[in-house]
Amino acid sequence: MSNISELLELAISGDRRSLSRLMTNIAESPQIPQFQSESSWTLGVTGPPGAGKSTLIGQMVKHWVAVGESVAVLALDPTSPITGGSFLADRIRMEGDDLGETVFVRSIASGNIPGGISPRIWPMCQALSLCGWTRIVIETVGTGQSEFRIAALADRILLVDGPDRGDIIQAEKAGILELADVIAVNKSDLPGAVSSAQSIRISLALSGDDSREVILVSALEGEGVEKLISTIESCEPRSERNEMIMRERLISEWDSLLVTHPEIDEIISKLCIGSITVNEAIHILSSSIVQSRE
Amino acid sequence: MRVVIAKPGLDGHDRGAKVIARALRDGGHDVIYTGLRKTSSDIVRIVNDEDAEVLGLSTLSGAHDSLIPKICDGLRGDGLGNVIVFAGGIIPERDLELLYKSGVRAVFGPGTPTSDVLGFLDEALLRKQNKHPIGVGDDLGWHWN
Repeated sequence: MSNISELLELAISGDRRSLSRLMTNIAESPQIPQFQSESSWTLGVTGPPGAGKSTLIGQMVKHWVAVGESVAVLALDPTSPITGGSFLADRIRMEGDDLGETVFVRSIASGNIPGGISPRIWPMCQALSLCGWTRIVIETVGTGQSEFRIAALADRILLVDGPDRGDIIQAEKAGILELADVIAVNKSDLPGAVSSAQSIRISLALSGDDSREVILVSALEGEGVEKLISTIESCEPRSERNEMIMRERLISEWDSLLVTHPEIDEIISKLCIGSITVNEAIHILSSSIVQSRE
Repeated sequence: MRVVIAKPGLDGHDRGAKVIARALRDGGHDVIYTGLRKTSSDIVRIVNDEDAEVLGLSTLSGAHDSLIPKICDGLRGDGLGNVIVFAGGIIPERDLELLYKSGVRAVFGPGTPTSDVLGFLDEALLRKQNKHPIGVGDDLGWHWN
């Protein structure tokens, strides 16, 4: 842990090498480190694969850099369940031009960390904020509920969909549509975007909530991006947001404790042969987690 | 290992880089691909920000003899001397010595079986664990081929 606090100190002083190593340390250290930053500004961006999240983030980054913000992006990509490898290519679509010193992009393979990456994302954001990054973006691909929900760790959530994909229904199922503060329908240069936006508006109205904006953007042509950013910037983090963040943190850290528990395999084999019940398993695991934390 | 695959300079062809990226992913590595036309300083910054252990440089443009040594110098200059560097693409045999002298540890030409590249990474990891020189800032001498 002392290594982490040394790295943090160096990173705060502006040493980029230390910042990068700090991120790796937070991701890999056996204990999840905790930091406290009062003023962090975080945005979760999620949506179905191919909706154009990375390209859109690239446009937003350009805009933020131009107005003097320093932007950090944590781009999460899935890990191959077969080989354990990953192909992390989000930054191709973010780095149009040389972005330089005021942009930090870290690609993260979501699957290689015992207990999952999600409990590590919050401390990463806090550390980035302490190091002076004023806009922190967490990009997660919406391929499963857990990936969608990582976005819920952020102060505000942008949901991105493409024209006429119908994939927004997946977001609705995962409960992320209710969590989203702003919804963008990307690729407004293609046919179908307007009707796609309209059907999302109808869906929101059905749930009795039409206060949220559905914005048409074209990440490719830059159209609508300014409006999107000003909407994101002006959206007040909702009062229930803090409760959601804490809820997500609690669930992800609890999950992580559970799946990294040294006896988990043994307990699963016992469950398979029927020598203990699920209730007994929960009792064994939870009491030993409590003991190890005391 | 975390591997950055990069395309330095003015070179618009990345089929080879993508084949290697795919092979390394299938070999269980985390591969970050930079996309085309990166400057030397872009590449050094990406290797740093991604905290990569390995950098693979693909070049078909003939500029390997100026770009690759420049990138290796940049890595050493930015405290990234433990990064393992390999190269691939169209690189004539007469230039190999120059690249090895810059700190490149393997050069793969057209027709290389992807298993050969994975074999190199296994060996490189072993050398790293045994604290044998392998990084771009370590003692020169050993190279894969």
